[in-house]
Amino acid sequence: MSTTEARPDQAGPTAPPVLEARGLQVTFRGRGTAEARAVDGVDLALGKGEILALVGESGCGKTTLARTLLGLERPSAGQVLVDGKPLAYKSSALKAYRRRVQLVLQDPTSALNPRHTVYEAVAEGLRIHRLDKDEGEQVAAALSRAGLRPPERFFLRYPHELSGGQRQRVVIAGALVLEPDVIIADEPVSSLDASVRGEILALLLHLRDELKLSLLVVTHDLGLAWNIADRIAVMYLGRVVEQGPTEALLAGPLHPYTQALLSVVPDIDRVAPIVLTGEPPDPTRIPAGCRFHPRCQLVASGEAARAGVEVRCRTSPLPVLPITSGQSAACHLLNQS
Amino acid sequence: MALLEFEDVSVTYRSRGADVPAVRGVSLSVDIGHSLGIAGESGCGKTTLASTVLRLLPKSARVTGRVLLDGEDVLTMSFGRLRAVRWAKAAVVFQGAMHGLNPVQRIGDQLVEPILLHEKVFSRRAATNRVGELLELVGIPARRVNSYPHQLSGGQKQRVMIAMALTCRPRLLLCDEPTTALDVMVQAQVLDLLAGLVRELGIGMVFISHDLSVLSSSCDRVAVMYAGEVVEEGPAAAVFDGPRHPYAAALAGAFPRIGDTRFRYAPAGLPGDPPFPGDLPSGCPFHPRCPIAVEACQTESPPLLQMGDRRTACLVVNSSQGAA
Amino acid sequence: MSTEAAPTKKLSPNSIVRARRRAALRRFTSAFGRDRGGMLGLVIIVVFFALALLAPLLFDRSELDVTQATADPYLPPSRTYWLGTDDSGRNVLALVIWGARISLLVGLSATVLSMFIGTSIGIMSGHFRGVTGGAMDRVTEWFLVIPYLPLAIVLATVLGKSIWVIIVVIGVTSWPGTARIIRAQTLSVGSRAYLERARVLGGSNWHQMGRHVLPNVMPLVLANTTLAVSISILSETTLSFLGLGDPTAVSWGSILETAFDNGAISLGAWWYLAAPGLCVVLVVMSFNFMGRAIEGILDPREQGA
Repeated sequence: MSTTEARPDQAGPTAPPVLEARGLQVTFRGRGTAEARAVDGVDLALGKGEILALVGESGCGKTTLARTLLGLERPSAGQVLVDGKPLAYKSSALKAYRRRVQLVLQDPTSALNPRHTVYEAVAEGLRIHRLDKDEGEQVAAALSRAGLRPPERFFLRYPHELSGGQRQRVVIAGALVLEPDVIIADEPVSSLDASVRGEILALLLHLRDELKLSLLVVTHDLGLAWNIADRIAVMYLGRVVEQGPTEALLAGPLHPYTQALLSVVPDIDRVAPIVLTGEPPDPTRIPAGCRFHPRCQLVASGEAARAGVEVRCRTSPLPVLPITSGQSAACHLLNQS
Repeated sequence: MALLEFEDVSVTYRSRGADVPAVRGVSLSVDIGHSLGIAGESGCGKTTLASTVLRLLPKSARVTGRVLLDGEDVLTMSFGRLRAVRWAKAAVVFQGAMHGLNPVQRIGDQLVEPILLHEKVFSRRAATNRVGELLELVGIPARRVNSYPHQLSGGQKQRVMIAMALTCRPRLLLCDEPTTALDVMVQAQVLDLLAGLVRELGIGMVFISHDLSVLSSSCDRVAVMYAGEVVEEGPAAAVFDGPRHPYAAALAGAFPRIGDTRFRYAPAGLPGDPPFPGDLPSGCPFHPRCPIAVEACQTESPPLLQMGDRRTACLVVNSSQGAA
Repeated sequence: MSTEAAPTKKLSPNSIVRARRRAALRRFTSAFGRDRGGMLGLVIIVVFFALALLAPLLFDRSELDVTQATADPYLPPSRTYWLGTDDSGRNVLALVIWGARISLLVGLSATVLSMFIGTSIGIMSGHFRGVTGGAMDRVTEWFLVIPYLPLAIVLATVLGKSIWVIIVVIGVTSWPGTARIIRAQTLSVGSRAYLERARVLGGSNWHQMGRHVLPNVMPLVLANTTLAVSISILSETTLSFLGLGDPTAVSWGSILETAFDNGAISLGAWWYLAAPGLCVVLVVMSFNFMGRAIEGILDPREQGA
């Protein structure tokens, strides 16, 4: 086992998870025979009313994982579980699933059809699922909850007449109107102006508090995770390399990759920056052994050798990090100590 | 004498019959071997301001004031002198520049082009050697000189753009959002590179970004712009840790300090949106969104006043501090 | 952001959207009205349509009957016969106006057929990936390479000569061009995030195509339609000229055919050829002007969106 129960359970809910991934693998076959293992074995659990931040750099598989949890991609192995039951991929089952899990995309400008009014954009979900009794009231309620008040004033606007923040609120309203249990947000504020981000994040927090929504936020920004997340899962090259409660993980990261990521956040001055060389390899060429070893600062500095694990780092792959309520990381050096 | 000096620069665009004031009375300076960060969001005028340095604005734009590069006013230079100055005195790395690489030309050929254009004494061989030097300078192995852009990663392409800016040994480097599209680790690498270049080559740098946290750790001084004006200016770390102007405070607050419990479950943002330059509010342009605005703010435009190590443009802050 | 007051009476959102659309239509018509080429084209088309519709009132059908022609043949244009007479003594003006009916009818019907097939297949082949999309691509290519003249000859021989055969031939051979353009546009729209959002909301493929792809593809379809009409009319003229049309129906092409066959050129009866020829040129040109005007207005770069 490669877990280290370093901190007691904090802020983690005790109810069964609303959304779960078990041993999830998603493989893409590109041109030619190169196989890209975008998600290469992930266990993940999202509890009711929990905000989980999925953190990683581009190419780590976090967006693919989010899309697979939404049912937009089919896993090549493993399962997506909703309330403990595996997700069926028949179109009727998927359609019913959409009422429970919704998506907020990164760029609100391209997420809204420029020819549809705000009303039509929000009502779209209702009409698809034929829930359009009292459509006007439901749309107004969703817009209000997303912070656009009075909602009637926005019914007939077109997206290009709104600001970035308002557009994102419309997208959120469109997701809320179906009364989902889970919202998956892919970089929800990265394309918005900096001074507007706080408002949208505050809205997401408020929705969690008021509606007991579970939120999976995909982001590259650790600061955002500090702002709103209960738990963090750090991904590298298709695997979760560390996960745990936010305070614990960011105060004392266990995995060298997390340590490096944290050290280069611009205003962190308690840690000397660990600037890794090179860039993550692409998912068609995952290194043998521990997938992080070619860039690992502990291998480069010799610390792994001194601890006697370097050979294992280079040759022995790590098992999928299981879900625990505390903090855990997938690292040979960690297992040693 | 400062390397770059903006003296009361204003830029107005003419758009469909209306005048749009993009930059309004900005005065800033950068010394050799130092870096200045310009922070702001969309519509604040920072890119327009940077474009004045090499006179890259469209003809319909009216520029007043002076932009002094090593004492010479760029705005009144003859076109011949301007061409000589462009790239050789000051160079720009634009936002999304890495998409400006010609996909069907090898990067070596693209880098050689400005060298041959500007320094006509170079033979092709000498120019190629210089390209190799430049690539090493930005951390790309010289043997990659024959690669095509699609064979490079995002971070490497950005380094190539920085190399391209350095081809003619400029004294001033202007970078407009150079790390915005990059991952945090690659961003850290590029920032290290830029800081190293400033030290080793003894150049001056202007770094434009919306990310105040990045500017605070990589620049000496930072100026925060809003609606075409400078609202606060001072030492970078000081402005970020202890901003005086309410907008600077809001911008700093948008980048939560990890480990600081004040930011835990408390995202801070401003209501409303940055104003469109053609439709500015009266008085202080920030007053509709300002948490500490008073009645005078709606009618009076606050002057940029020096107080201690800082210049701030805020009626409330300046009066409470008894500004000079 | 806005300072508009909320509507004081409770109107249904749909009726207000309709009002919005009416306003958009008004903007379009006023923009079109400012385009001189477009307006000229529109006026000419309206005139031709009016003449075609009013044909029975202007000239009795008997004027087309060769057996009832009383005038001398090959009379040059005069006050009684504005465009002279043909080889059988029929009033060329009557022929040309009645001919407009067939030419315009065939042109429009063939275009409608072609646009309908082309747009449907274009959208579906652009939207569906994998086997379905690939199959539709192959079908499109197959039809693209069919040469329309040999097909027309074969079909006319097999099915008999009639205007319906011509409509089918033109429709069947011109839809692939449209399909390819629509497919390209569908592919570009398909990569946009709002299509993914529709999918995530639970929208079926038909919902995505109907609610999102089609409205975004419509401007292209409309601009293409007007241009396609002119091509159809030209095609019909050609086919009738070659004798593949209904021999009893009078169209501009058939008038040209008779004129040619009877040696109008060598006889110097220029009016006999010029009249139908000029009509074709005017109508085709007018549709082209209108098409370009529409394209210019609906260009997304010109729109606020």
